Amino acid sequence: MALDRSDVEKIAHLARLAVAPADCDRYAHDLSNILDLVARMDAVDTTGVEPMAHPLHMTQRLRPDLATEPDQRDRFQAIAPQTDAGLYLVPKVIE
Amino acid sequence: MHDKTIAELAAGLRERTYSSVELTRHFLERIARHNPSLNAFITVAAESALSAAAQADLALAAGTGGPLIGIPIAHKDIFCTQGLRTSCGSRMLDNFIAPYDATVVERLAAAGAVVLGKTNMDEFAMGSSNETSWYGPVKNPWDQTRVPGGSSGGSAAAVAARLCVAATGTDTGGSIRQPAALCGITGIKPTYGRCSRWGMIAFASSLDQAGPMASCAADAALLLQAMAGFDPRDSTSLDTPVPDYVAGLDGDLAGLRIGLPKEYFGAGLDGRVAASIQAAIREYERQGATVVEISLPNSPLSVPVYYVVAPAECSSNLARFDGVRYGHRCENPKDLEDLYKRSRAEGFGAEVQRRIMIGTYVLSAGYYDAYYLKAQKIRHLIADDFRRAFEQVDVIMGPTSPTTAFPIGAKMDDPVAMYLNDIYTIAANLAGLPGMSIPVAPVDGMPVGLQVVGNYFEEGRLLNCAYRLQQQTDWHLGVPVGFD
Repeated sequence: MALDRSDVEKIAHLARLAVAPADCDRYAHDLSNILDLVARMDAVDTTGVEPMAHPLHMTQRLRPDLATEPDQRDRFQAIAPQTDAGLYLVPKVIE
Repeated sequence: MHDKTIAELAAGLRERTYSSVELTRHFLERIARHNPSLNAFITVAAESALSAAAQADLALAAGTGGPLIGIPIAHKDIFCTQGLRTSCGSRMLDNFIAPYDATVVERLAAAGAVVLGKTNMDEFAMGSSNETSWYGPVKNPWDQTRVPGGSSGGSAAAVAARLCVAATGTDTGGSIRQPAALCGITGIKPTYGRCSRWGMIAFASSLDQAGPMASCAADAALLLQAMAGFDPRDSTSLDTPVPDYVAGLDGDLAGLRIGLPKEYFGAGLDGRVAASIQAAIREYERQGATVVEISLPNSPLSVPVYYVVAPAECSSNLARFDGVRYGHRCENPKDLEDLYKRSRAEGFGAEVQRRIMIGTYVLSAGYYDAYYLKAQKIRHLIADDFRRAFEQVDVIMGPTSPTTAFPIGAKMDDPVAMYLNDIYTIAANLAGLPGMSIPVAPVDGMPVGLQVVGNYFEEGRLLNCAYRLQQQTDWHLGVPVGFD
């Protein structure tokens, strides 16, 4: 499976990564090699095989729908890059 | 003091031969002397370690304290530690101070352990050589031109160089076992779900598992005893009783059935590593074990399957690093998309970005069935191979890694060559089985690890196998030159 520059640009956008134009060819080469490794799966007939959802075939545990966490907003926001009045700040989204 | 087992140190502390403060200071001095060359620690917490040690001394004087009271250990920098930086080996979290402790950290603290600091690791645990760390590569104490393995390379090097008594690690595709093998120490990856993942920074959540890295099986058993157990805060935590690992260490191995998968002894395995593994197997036979050749026919597919499942889960897990709530944020973002894209591109290194992109690709519209669903089906076949094998045998043995430690820089330009280091370790993660690496006879002065894989919940049997080998051989007692 060979990926080219434009594939890398598309994937990088989906992953929200600003890949520098100078690095696109290198990533295209590396990602193509990884997909070649992965392509060894194609030789296996998996007709009728169930996909494995959990190593121990467990299902997600449920708990009572009760609030268990106290409000710790100030502590959690102390490590944020930018906050104001309890809100996280980002560049203006709506003009 | 640094060449003693935890049981010996615990006796010394109880008998007041030395205090925990003295013991802690001794290890801090070793770190100060050796860490500038080894780079095994990202953060050294001298002040908080000494104050925890002083508390431990009070408990010892009062005759209280847990089973690890006053013992100095280190945490892989993937475990959140309240008030102490948790970087995960990444520029993204260079400024991150977690507001809470991971469950594993909490439990080891409750058992009395003193934390010396946080160990270096491949960035977000993605790597097999510790070279992807933002903080630079860790050196292997046995030969400082070589890698220590990864991703728990800092923990492995620190234990091997006796900069701490023991350390925590995590294992997603071999990240405890492979560095343990390459540094000549004892490490165990428990059954998936045995140790809580709460507060352990997620890489691939269906594979990640914490475990201890130590100088010997008895020390690993003591640490695992403290770390393991049900945690309601981890939705995949196992709600099953934890056996007494220490009590089970010395069980007789007569009649133990060992399976040797023919796929683990084929092309690609260094012949001298194979000879070391065979010598260890003969020791088990001397102790009354029987050996049968088995087959894990789908195991050659474990690397391809892993490089779909792990990147897919990584791309989802690492979506949380957005430059908004914590971690790295780029300068002067022009809009929200620019904020996300540049913060992530600046915060993550090349290997992490490769895996995020592979994961994004295999989960994208039109490709999901061909990659992710196909991989999860083959994962089932790999788990079924083990299920059938464990109908015939009690444990499966083979090499942990195909070679001894390779030179720093040797595989950094070829991601696929790097991935193939984990060819023998990944299958246990895909199946969720416990696996262990135990030091055996070195090759040209470099350590070799024997891998032992057990059935679900059978960490105790693995520790028993390791302990009995270590009672009869001295392979685990080697200390690298300059660190004795």
